[in-house]
Amino acid sequence: MDNLGMVFGLTGAAIAALFAGIGSAVGVGIAGQAAAGATSEKPDLFGKVLVLQLLPGTQGIYGLLIAFITLSRIGIMGGQAPTTVQGLLYLAACLPMGFVGLGSGIHQGKASVAAINLVSKKEDQFGKAMIFPAMVETYAILALLISILSIFGIK
Amino acid sequence: MAILPMKRILICGMKKDRKEVLEFLQRQGVVEITSPAAQDDVFTSTDMTSSSVQFSRSADTCEAALKVLNDLAPAKSGLLADYTIIDREEYEKRVALCGETMKKADKIVRLNKEIAELTAEIPRLEIQNEILEPWKNLDIPLDYEGTKNTKTIAGTLAGKQTLAEIYRQISELAPEADAYDVEIVSTSHDDPEMTCILVIVHKDQADLIEDALWHMDFSKAPLSSLNPAEEIVSYNKQIEEDKKQIEEAREAIIAMADEREHIRFTHDYYAMRADKYDALSRLAQTERTFILSGYLAKRDVPKIEPKLSEMDVLVEVSDPEPGEDVPVKLRNNAFTSPMESVVANYSMPNTREIDPSAVMAIFYYVFFGLMLSDAAYGLIITIACAVCLTKYKNMAAGMKKFMKMFLYCGISTTIWGFLFGGFFGDAVNVIATTFFNRPDIKLPALWFEPVASPMKLLVYAFVFGIIHLFVGLGIQMYEQIRDGDIKGAIYDVVFWYMLVGGLIVCVMTVPMLMQDMFQLSFVLPLSVRKVSLIIALLGAIGIVFTAGRDSKNWVKRIMKGLYGVYGVSGYLSDILSYSRLLALGLATGVIATVFNAMAAMVAKGKGIVGVILFIIIFVIGHAMNLAINALGAYVHTNRLQYVEFFGKFYEGGGRELDPLTENTKYYRVKEAK
Repeated sequence: MDNLGMVFGLTGAAIAALFAGIGSAVGVGIAGQAAAGATSEKPDLFGKVLVLQLLPGTQGIYGLLIAFITLSRIGIMGGQAPTTVQGLLYLAACLPMGFVGLGSGIHQGKASVAAINLVSKKEDQFGKAMIFPAMVETYAILALLISILSIFGIK
Repeated sequence: MAILPMKRILICGMKKDRKEVLEFLQRQGVVEITSPAAQDDVFTSTDMTSSSVQFSRSADTCEAALKVLNDLAPAKSGLLADYTIIDREEYEKRVALCGETMKKADKIVRLNKEIAELTAEIPRLEIQNEILEPWKNLDIPLDYEGTKNTKTIAGTLAGKQTLAEIYRQISELAPEADAYDVEIVSTSHDDPEMTCILVIVHKDQADLIEDALWHMDFSKAPLSSLNPAEEIVSYNKQIEEDKKQIEEAREAIIAMADEREHIRFTHDYYAMRADKYDALSRLAQTERTFILSGYLAKRDVPKIEPKLSEMDVLVEVSDPEPGEDVPVKLRNNAFTSPMESVVANYSMPNTREIDPSAVMAIFYYVFFGLMLSDAAYGLIITIACAVCLTKYKNMAAGMKKFMKMFLYCGISTTIWGFLFGGFFGDAVNVIATTFFNRPDIKLPALWFEPVASPMKLLVYAFVFGIIHLFVGLGIQMYEQIRDGDIKGAIYDVVFWYMLVGGLIVCVMTVPMLMQDMFQLSFVLPLSVRKVSLIIALLGAIGIVFTAGRDSKNWVKRIMKGLYGVYGVSGYLSDILSYSRLLALGLATGVIATVFNAMAAMVAKGKGIVGVILFIIIFVIGHAMNLAINALGAYVHTNRLQYVEFFGKFYEGGGRELDPLTENTKYYRVKEAK
């Protein structure tokens, strides 16, 4: 039972990468379907809709980031094995990114679909269309912030 | 720096001069021509839409021909579209050739259509061949009806069947028939299994036999007027011929590849004429005269007025009436002009506002750099943009602005990268450790490393945010004071400065927050807290009494005022929103570190192979990180400008000046000085 801390820490890292990754995969996936549809009608829009499709992809990257920072501190990719309490703290610190990443990734994807529809109808409104999905991302960024600060705060 | 003052222009002249005037204006490209006022008995407008549409169609044909040429005979082309510059003399020379070129463009489009039709016909013929294939041993045409007394029926039965079996089935279904003969032409073995038969029957019993056959799942053979074998040969010949024709058409198109430049010019020429005729129908005209009305920027007046006066027309330049729908044109210097497209993407400023481009520029570049914050990435962006800008000198104006914007963003990213010690993340240290066994070498941060003290960067992110927001409020105040609404400036801005500013200063006196959370070394003394709280309170009271000043009813007014104070939560979320500066900045650095660590892990102790693997992982990883994070930085910088900053003062809703101009795609005409 010496390694229980590491087990909890790794679970936390896995949760961050796992759920945020799923959220982004779903979001980018549905946005990709809309983007492909828009491109079939107007191939010139490819560059713009690609940008909109990529917007929900950041949650997965934030999840990766949290997972990596955690791994580098719990003795798997550096640092030393944490105590059981520290391990639980790491687990808790990873939860915001994992769960908010999941929810915001999916819903940002839906907002991206709507934004792609907007751009395919009114090409010149790209600047505004980009903002709607970016609004959703705010919450992923806030979760990322709390997760990062928590992990850095664990002594 | 600003919105240019606009003038209204009225040009009055003889009808014979109108084309000359329009062509001159189109070349100058500074005057927007407005639609005429309602028609009356004196003035009418000529509807030139049909000519305009025809020219547009010609331009479209050229564009289609160019596309065909690009498919069949691709031209060497650069990364970005660039304009070709010609002078007026060359232009006139080329215009003379346009009619000829147009014929060629038409021919290319026609040939392409022919190719498409022939290409579609070939599979159709091939299917015919396939259908006839089982019948090729038959030596009579399939539509042969029979002799005077007999009838011939050709068709297929499902499944593989022997002659004996067929005879048995017929005799069961039609026992009284006796004058018929069945012959198997072919049986096919593969899917679907079927048997092709030819039945010759005496005319009197034809119905009987046909009935029997229908019950046996019989279907009629395809018709052919020749023997099936001959028919197949003729189809094959047709296919060969089609292929030859396609090849010929293709060669004919490729032979015209030299015309590409001429077709491009013709496209531009017709697009320009379409615009001109469009403008023509916006003129108010009488039998002999015309009146053109429009807008132009005040500074462009000297550019066109003297020349117009030489042309026997009357020009009148006046100030627009208040309440008129005046278009907007922005003017900025090289550093701030890229922001114009960011502003235009949101909405052009209306005529009562100031142009926010200049104020935005510095924040935009700083925020972008802070979010990407890697010196190597910054250098890549800067160099890429600089190369494009020098190599393609004549690119479209919008693209040029975009490139310039990223050039400045790249420079800012480089500076922030060095401040935070990021160069491909921690690549310097990783390479030194992995390949030279020198873990002590690393790129020192000029300021501090965000990963080591994220709280410090968070505080700075909030500080930048507060400055950004307060500048936005300041612009609001400037506009109100300029319009003489000093009370409004105090109510809407000064009270908020007091409330938000007071609360922020108050936070800075709490030791727990300052030292434990933000890890700052100073705390303001308690006496400051009292003063700041009083200021904040005064601000809040001011807002309670003035935020609802539109309402006459005092109860309503106070209620609205209280709701106004609630807006302070909006400021809280606005300031928190700037934490994305930290989050995205950290993300770039940490993900770069991840890829470096991965590359180092793979490469360690493998010698030359290790170096190659390292380079591969390094290049792919950093290319991806750069792409994703540059996109993120771009999107979120825009968001901070549009939502947090513009939310404090900006209305927008202006209409951009849309001048009659030589709206070309490939060529630009340089005016002789």
